This record gives sequence, C-alpha cells and structure tokens, in this order.
Amino acid sequence: MIAPIPTERDLRLDLFRGIALWLIFLDHIPSNAVSWVTIRNYGFSDATEIFVFISGYTAAFVYGRAMLVTGFIVAAARVLKRAWQIYVAHVFLFAIYLAEISYVSRSFDNPLYSEEMGVLDFIKNPDVTIMQALLLKFKPVNMDVLPLYIVLLLWFAPILWLILRSPSLALVASATLYTLAWMFEWNFPAYPQDTWAFNPFAWQMLFVFGAWCALGGAQRLSRWTHSPFVVGLAGLYLLFAFIIAMSWYIPWLGNAVPKFVGELIYPIDKTNLDVLRILHFLSLAVITVWLIPLHWSLLKSRWCWPAIVCGQHSLEIFCLGVFLSFAGHFVFTEVSNRVLTHIIVSLAGVVIMVAAASIISWYKKVERQGPGPRPPTTKTGYAEGNA
Amino acid sequence: MMRRLTFVLALLAPVTLWPASAEPVADAGADCRSAEAHIEHNFPLQKVARAIAAKHLSVLVVGAGSSLLPGTNGASNAYPARLQFALQQKLPGVDVKLSIDVKAKRTAKEMMKAMAAALAANKPSLVVWQTGTVDAMQGIDPDQFSQALDKGIGIARSAGADVVFINPQYSPRTESMIALGTYAENMRWVALQQDVPLFDRFSIMKLWSDNGTFDLNSATKKLDMAERVHDCIGRLVADLVLESAKIGAPQTDGGR
Repeated sequence: MIAPIPTERDLRLDLFRGIALWLIFLDHIPSNAVSWVTIRNYGFSDATEIFVFISGYTAAFVYGRAMLVTGFIVAAARVLKRAWQIYVAHVFLFAIYLAEISYVSRSFDNPLYSEEMGVLDFIKNPDVTIMQALLLKFKPVNMDVLPLYIVLLLWFAPILWLILRSPSLALVASATLYTLAWMFEWNFPAYPQDTWAFNPFAWQMLFVFGAWCALGGAQRLSRWTHSPFVVGLAGLYLLFAFIIAMSWYIPWLGNAVPKFVGELIYPIDKTNLDVLRILHFLSLAVITVWLIPLHWSLLKSRWCWPAIVCGQHSLEIFCLGVFLSFAGHFVFTEVSNRVLTHIIVSLAGVVIMVAAASIISWYKKVERQGPGPRPPTTKTGYAEGNA
Repeated sequence: MMRRLTFVLALLAPVTLWPASAEPVADAGADCRSAEAHIEHNFPLQKVARAIAAKHLSVLVVGAGSSLLPGTNGASNAYPARLQFALQQKLPGVDVKLSIDVKAKRTAKEMMKAMAAALAANKPSLVVWQTGTVDAMQGIDPDQFSQALDKGIGIARSAGADVVFINPQYSPRTESMIALGTYAENMRWVALQQDVPLFDRFSIMKLWSDNGTFDLNSATKKLDMAERVHDCIGRLVADLVLESAKIGAPQTDGGR
C-alpha cells in the first residue's frame, strides 16, 4: 500500500521551523540576556528537537513525492545532493570559525584564563584538526547540528522507501535503533576524543518520526492528538517540566523537589535524546496542533510571514544564524556587554535573518521565471521551499 | 511599529540600566562580596563541623588549570592558598591545613582516579573539587563526566571527607568556543542529588563582569586582576564552607 501524501505544504511547519531558527540563534550567543525567552529555559527540550522533527517532516514531504513520481534512484540522488549542500555549508561555517578563533588567539591573553586559552591550541596543528573537521569528527561549539543533518540525510532514502511501503515497520525499525544505541552506547567517534554531541543513532528517531508524520502518520494520529485526554496529559507534562526547570534557577524550589524525582530524571541526556526530552517535544507538539489549526487565518497574514519565510529557507538561515551568533558574541566582547546591547544585537540578528530569507525567496522567484523560454529547474508540483 | 518598539524598550529600561550603573571599583576587596547573595548553602558539611569543633581542619583542593596562577608567587596568590588564609582568619584557635592536588588540563575522571592517593596522603575532612572546564573543552561525554563526579564524591566520603564543588570560570572571550552549558548543568544536578554544596564560580564571576567589579575581557599579561579575582574566590569559598558547616554542626549529642 502506498501512503497518501498531502499536496499542500503545512505553513505551521515553516512557522515553527522559522521560530526554532531564531531561538537557536539566540541560544547560540553565549550569556545572551535575551536567551531567557527561549524554550529550553522552561522545560526539557529545546529548539533542536523542533528543527530536527520538522526537517524530517519536510524532507519526507518533498522527497516522498519525488520518490513516487520519479522513482527511488532519482529521489535518492536528490537527497544526497541535499546532504552535499549541507556539507558545503558546514565547511563554510568552519572557515568562519577558524577566522574567529585565529583572531582571538592573537588578541587575547590573560593569566586568569590560561586553562581556557588551551581551546585555541588546535590551530597549532592545523594539519590534523582541519582534516578531522572535514571528516566531521572535529566539531567546534554549536556546529553539531549540520553534521547530524548530513548523516540523517545520508541514510534517508532507504528509510523513505520503507515508510512509503510500510510506515509502521519503519517506525519500529527506527525505535529499535534508538533503543540499541542506548543499550550498547553506540555513537559516532569524534576528534580529539569521545563521541558526537548529537548522537545520530538516537536523534534519527525524531527525524524518522517527522517523516512518518508527513507521509500519513499525522492523519492517523490526529484522532489521538485531539482527544481531551491526550491534550490534558501533554499539558500536565509541560507543567511538570516547567516546575523542574524553574527549580534550576530558584534554590528553594530546587530543595523542594523530592529526592526520588531527581534520581529518576537526572541527568537529562541531550546527546542521546533523552526520553524526557522526546516526551516534552511531543507534548509541545500536541498542544501546538491543538491550539493552531491547519488553516489558521493568521498563518497567511504578515504577522507570521517573517518566521515562515525563514523556515522556508532553513539551511541558509541556519548557517546565517550561526555566523550571526559568532558576530554577536564578538560585539559583546569587543564593543559592549550591556543588556541593551544584548537586546539590540538579538533584534538585529533576527531582522537580518528575515531580510536574508526574503531576498533568497525573491531570488528563487526570479530564477523560476527566468529571462525567457528557459525550462524550469524544478517540476511544478514539488513543494515550495526547501526540505 | 516604531512606537511599539519604543514602548518595549521603555519597559526594559530599568533592567538595562541596572548593571550599567555600578561603577568599576579600584579596590575590589570589599566589592567582590556583592556576589555573596549568589552563594547558596543548602547542604550541611558535618565532617567539617566536627573537624572545626576538634580544632583541626584539613582541606584538600583538587583541581585543574583554573585553580592555578602563573608566576613565582602563583601558589600563594591562587585561590586555594587564599581560601586557607580566609579560613584561618575566621577560625581563630583552629589549626587549618591545606593541601592541593592541582594540575592543568585534567578532566573530572582523571582527578577522580588520582583522588584516593591524595586523600590517603593528607587525610582531609573537606575536599574542594574544581572541575568541568577541561571536560567541556575536550567534549567528554557528559554522562561520563557525571559518573566521574559521582564516583569522586563516593571516594572522598568513604575516606571521611565532605565535598564542595567549584564549577567552571566565566571566561567571556572563550565563551563561544567552550560549551560549558551541559557540564555546568550536570554538575548542578549531581550536587543536588548528592547533597554537595556548589560554589557557583561561573555565575559569581559573571556578576562581577556585569557589575564592572572586574574587567574579565581585558587582554593583559599582568597578574594583578587575576590575583584579586582569586583572592575573592578564596574568601567566598571560605564563607560557603563555614556557612555549610554551621548547618552541619553537631546538635546536642555529636551529630547523626
């Protein structure tokens, strides 16, 4: 049986992916006063879960159609081309990181921080580290998401094939891999030691679940996700996570959390996508879908447009966000570290992201129209925006 | 739109003006105590309390590079020596001894493995354990990091010592290169579960930076600011130890 694929792109996905990109940008500027607005402070999961889930969803939406129309080989080739684009983007970001770190290592010296300055040592042997970076083993801070995305796409074509034929089997296979990774501590090796900060064996589950939802799963689940019982349960779980998160900042609340609860939940493992984080993300998703219907009028209004346009060009805007977070931190250390600066830098960053996304959007429109009778680069009928 | 933005900024003005209003001070000696409010003492240090009552307190500092200062007077100006000085001042009549097991570039696991030997050699009633930075720099699996902390606490306690944690330094220039977040969080969680007082060096130094107490951004080879920072840390750790010992003081019949 071939699963039915919805033809219209769900704007809610673009909206929330755009918002997730903003939140990732805000969280990536260290000690940013504005990052108190981001969801990671109020629960277990953060914008990464939203980004990975929606990326899985849209990848299945775009390439799933392609696979049905053009067959496995062509669709797989397109998925791999996308993985290559992301790899190039990652290397580009690494070049920017190298520039930043080289500058800091030249300009900064302080005996208080002799230990911390050791992080700059890697530029003393670029022969090894640059090679390791190209192999995706050496990943500087905040540059873990794209390598994860690359790996997830590399094995996505066969998974997509399986979801199209037997969605349940694909989901079971994904959950099994997740469980095995936890049981046997599977992960990818990193340089100089240890393993990836986002374990692809674990995080694939959210990506595959997103893909599964895109290819009919969401419809099958909708009876459950809209039941008052599930919505209530999700609300309760979010409340629980909120109270626990508050206990990280309010000492008396921290002491009030019973010992056995702490023993049960800590540590909340981001590397291996802790079950608590998955549940938190799912609860957020349930509440969101319950609050915002598919044809919500505001989705097409100018209020949602800034986030939606960012969400539709997620790779470019993600990379820009990482670059802007470097730049923002640079402003904090070199120019001013006042809270007002934090607010201005954060707002300016989001504005730049929206501006860039709308220019990219305009470019794509112009290129699609072309100067004359040029054949269109993509067949009509493929979804708007990127996977 | 502009009007709305102005409104939002106006709402935020009191928040934004607050940190800027604190002037940098030449003599940070008194001012670094403004961070005292950031120190939580929730967990008792019973063995320390007993040692103080017995007039003999022995402290072991286990740490990595940020427990050191370079230079000929480095050892006497770094926070472990300043901690001993502050404890001695506040505990007249008590013999305060301090030993250190500090080497740069050590992860929590490496320190944990060396801990038994240092404990056997010095028989402390308190282990002050500074860690986290090197684990973050090397990207050690956070779970392994937490396990090393748990094991270290176990080793120290079975050797008859209480434990106090010191988390990583706030280092504005390298913040975008060292992801301390997960490690600081895991350290806080282990501390909560194991009833270990945590000296939140990161937040305290961040407060100093925000308030202008110390210019932690400055690029310099000079040691004066680093020495004052370590002096403040030593004194504040002493406060944390003594406050926690107070809650852990034997009640009527010698504790338990």
